[in-house]
Amino acid sequence: MTLTIRDLCVARGGVPVLQGLSFHVEQGQALILRGPNGAGKTTLLRTIAGLQPPLSGEVLGAEDRIAYAAHSDGLKAMLTVTENLRFWADVFGHSDIEGAMGAFALEPLRDRLAGTLSAGQKRRLGLARLLVTGRPIWVLDEPTVSLDRDAVTLFADAVRAHLGAGGMALIATHIDLGLEAQVLEVSPFRAAPETRAGASDEAFL
Amino acid sequence: MKALLRRDLMLAVRAGGGFGLGLAFFLIVTVLVPFGVGPQSELLSRIAPGILWLGALLACLLSLDRLLALDWEDGTLDLLATSPLPLEAVLSIKALAHWITTGLPLVLAAPVLAVLLNLPPAGYLWLIVSLALGTPALSVIGTFGAALTVGVKRGGLLMSLLVLPLYVPTLIFGAEVARRGTEGMQVMTPLLMLAGITAGVIALMPFASAAALRVNLR
Repeated sequence: MTLTIRDLCVARGGVPVLQGLSFHVEQGQALILRGPNGAGKTTLLRTIAGLQPPLSGEVLGAEDRIAYAAHSDGLKAMLTVTENLRFWADVFGHSDIEGAMGAFALEPLRDRLAGTLSAGQKRRLGLARLLVTGRPIWVLDEPTVSLDRDAVTLFADAVRAHLGAGGMALIATHIDLGLEAQVLEVSPFRAAPETRAGASDEAFL
Repeated sequence: MKALLRRDLMLAVRAGGGFGLGLAFFLIVTVLVPFGVGPQSELLSRIAPGILWLGALLACLLSLDRLLALDWEDGTLDLLATSPLPLEAVLSIKALAHWITTGLPLVLAAPVLAVLLNLPPAGYLWLIVSLALGTPALSVIGTFGAALTVGVKRGGLLMSLLVLPLYVPTLIFGAEVARRGTEGMQVMTPLLMLAGITAGVIALMPFASAAALRVNLR
């Protein structure tokens, strides 16, 4: 039940952005990714989530265990908060959405259409989705964007509870969540320009 | 999978869902054709099966670019791709939802609109049968087109060009069933061809669509 990344090289738009990346996350641990804009944090997370293949290297222990949350929350504006959450719970084969509602203080918004929520409220709903997936590895890309300080606390508590229950988390973020976590700075792994050769996926563009 | 179908149908009938767009287009085409052709009821009867089939096909095409584009924009496709549902199943369900909200209303409305085109009574049964058998193929092939062009901004034109040639066999055999039925001829051969095309694309197309979508999600 661990996540192991071995000598991973990832590419965005056919250009390698990170290479030689290896790390290991145990149960109950979190790993915070840091690095300047464009360093390849999102690309790395998408590769680990299985949305794109790595150029080389391997990701072990991620298959069917990832709950991914990116910049967009996958919410439908014309569905209510409950309906949005219920949908994702059904897709992942779970039925309890009350716990997730409570953890992100969504009860007062229960019957509001998601399209009428503020950016921060939408984000809270998007993060509540993680709790209804029941997946052990959370892969989060800038999860705290547009959250206020209280909501960040709610989020940090949710991550702590998840880790306490034996889960894992990979988080790309710039703010301090107050978590006991290893920090991985990705900029030293920046790919050298000459590794470009053979990396193009132009055949598909 | 049931949850996805229920959500798609719910979204389609809520405000801004686009339910009825295809139906309205179909209505407009069949109402306007008699004005364009002029008051020759005999000519109208002769072209009615073809016009009705063409109208249904274009109505299907009209709603295709929304099929995956909305889920792409709000990130739902990324999240579905990391969910336990296989993408093949996701796309099959999406095609089914598209058929229920677009194809099925066209099948039900066709006999009513056929009156406007002076379709002979013998043709009604075969028109409904041919549309009921053929429109699922339009939705499934359309899903493939949508999956190919999902990342392209304003990809509607490109998608239409890609999908139209794939629609041709369905159109030929579908309209042929309706025409032969109208003229009281033997319909079995085109009917079997139409059914075969539909069964084939339902079985195979989701794999092609999922492969195309995986490339586009990278």
